[in-house]
Amino acid sequence: MEKMLLPDIPDYHKIDVYESHGGYAMLRKALKMKPEEVTDEVKKSNLRGRGGACFPTGLKWTFMPKKNDKPRYLCVNGDESEPGTFKDRQIFEFNPHLMIEGTIIACYAMGIKTAYLYIRGEYNNWIKMVQKAVDDGYAKGYIGENILGSGFSTNLYLYRGAGAYICGEESALMNSLEGDRGYPRVKPPFPAQYGLWGCPTTINNVETISNVPLILKMGWEAYTKIGATKHHGPILIGVSGHVNTPGVFEMPTGVLLTDIIYKYAGGVPGERRIKAIIPGGSSTMIMRGETIEGVTMDADGLKAAGSSVGTGGLIVMDETTDLIKVITRITKFYYHESCGQCTPCREGTGWMFKILKRFENYEAREGDIELLLDVANNIEGNTICALGDAAAWPVQSMIKRFRDEFEKRIVKSSVSMSPALA
Amino acid sequence: MLSEKSLQRIEELKKRYPSQRPVVLEALWMWQEEHGWVSDEGMKVVGGLLGIPAHEVLGIVTFYTMYNRKPVGKHKIEVCTNVSCMLRNSERILKRIEDSLSIHVGETTPDNQFTLVEAECLGSCGTAPMMQIGDEYYENLDENKVDTILRELK
Ligand SMILES: Cc1cc2nc3c(=O)[nH]c(=O)nc-3n(C[C@H](O)[C@H](O)[C@H](O)COP(=O)(O)O)c2cc1C
Ligand code: SF4
Ligand code: FES
Repeated sequence: MEKMLLPDIPDYHKIDVYESHGGYAMLRKALKMKPEEVTDEVKKSNLRGRGGACFPTGLKWTFMPKKNDKPRYLCVNGDESEPGTFKDRQIFEFNPHLMIEGTIIACYAMGIKTAYLYIRGEYNNWIKMVQKAVDDGYAKGYIGENILGSGFSTNLYLYRGAGAYICGEESALMNSLEGDRGYPRVKPPFPAQYGLWGCPTTINNVETISNVPLILKMGWEAYTKIGATKHHGPILIGVSGHVNTPGVFEMPTGVLLTDIIYKYAGGVPGERRIKAIIPGGSSTMIMRGETIEGVTMDADGLKAAGSSVGTGGLIVMDETTDLIKVITRITKFYYHESCGQCTPCREGTGWMFKILKRFENYEAREGDIELLLDVANNIEGNTICALGDAAAWPVQSMIKRFRDEFEKRIVKSSVSMSPALA
Repeated sequence: MLSEKSLQRIEELKKRYPSQRPVVLEALWMWQEEHGWVSDEGMKVVGGLLGIPAHEVLGIVTFYTMYNRKPVGKHKIEVCTNVSCMLRNSERILKRIEDSLSIHVGETTPDNQFTLVEAECLGSCGTAPMMQIGDEYYENLDENKVDTILRELK
């Protein structure tokens, strides 16, 4: 497949190079269409969100109220903080204009006059790169007043976060953008009804928005022919951990996990066996190495295998990996990032971390596996936002698929065993 | 106080939103850039400029991990120890820095040159292990690289 999100064209991040390869032509095209026609094109393309939930983008856009005198907003989500995820950064650096073009087209489709691009605070160098691209976009008349003489106007502003994973959750992002602590909001009401400052708002991931010009360019029908049958298009997969050539790879959806690992990412160092993988960022369910054969990287493929695409951050762990250490570290992360509003998440993540520490130190007691599972089950589904679930799933799946790893570390007698003695 | 340039910038930023409150994060960034950390005075000044009560500014500052509530060394070293970096030996990187600077995580060198902290995933998992110092990312680290980087900063 020809690379479209991250094409191999030198200096593509510069506006004149982008234009010379047909950049911003789709904005021109969109501005000549009716806004509903643009939304319809995206809907028919069946584009699904790349921010973690695979939610149909066109459908999300139709949730915006038709008639409403209030201002309306678009938030482009560039918080990118899920462990194992590092793809949106590539778009900021190598193809910011595609994202900007998609953003303005989305604004046109939904009648939005202000878009905010929220980028995590740590990415300050990338914020500067994107700001340069936005400034160039304004200078060329692709953003701002009366875009390309169409009469349509919209502004695009960057917003810098300040270090909080939870601000990637859409309602927390809105609170953060309003200048508050990034606490997730209770839903409903959903953002399309009650978003930024109580006005209709749509939130889309950076990579999702970047797909929009591609759909207009090839037409929805051609787009649906790329990749898997119910989850199409180009997708950015970030491969990290125990592989020879880690990195972000553009590919169609539906590629075999084994091809991603062995063909794209150069295989496992020392030809070691794969013990486990996490397919889509730290919150997706862990899989045993021997079960990845034949599984494809798309919503259905991973669902059938008992996991999910998430953010497309594939983490590979070879046979030398201490999985208890992995799950303890992941849980520590969720404990650290819980905003503390809901008791099951605030307390539960802390308890899970404490119990897992006992396993890590070979000090777990009889009943600790059941206790850990019980805590995880009590978090799942009982919280305001999905961070609770994101913390529970890795623990639940690790126990389900690697119970032996836990059992090995339970102290049977009153004498605690060190690994050397076990 | 904040510089004239920052004050002007704050006025410009206010036009982007229906209220002036959203400027608070950026204004705190400006304060931190100019003073190195966000003091009580900083919160008072920023709150005053934007009409936000001091206790609310405190609530905001403490929510976000990137605002320093205490002075830090000239170079704040943040080593990612999350899963992808851990799998590629971030522990060894951390240890090397601790040994080389004779401090532990959370501490600052006596000459106030370096502060060392552990970070969550910084979006650089494919170039792990990595660390951030100021705005800069240092990726694909090994012990020799760490030595060189520290030597150059000293
Ligand atoms: C704890 C948490 C963190 C999230 N972080 C991000 C993030 O960094 N970037 C992102 O695009 N979506 C993130 N999401 C998902 C967003 O809430 C939202 O679903 C997404 O931005 C919608 O965009 P999409 O439909 O284009 O995927 C997060 C969700 C949760 C629960
Ligand atoms: S689930 Fe956790 S992170 Fe989400 S709102 Fe509740 S306490 Fe906060
Ligand atoms: S885990 Fe270290 S940068 Fe992502």
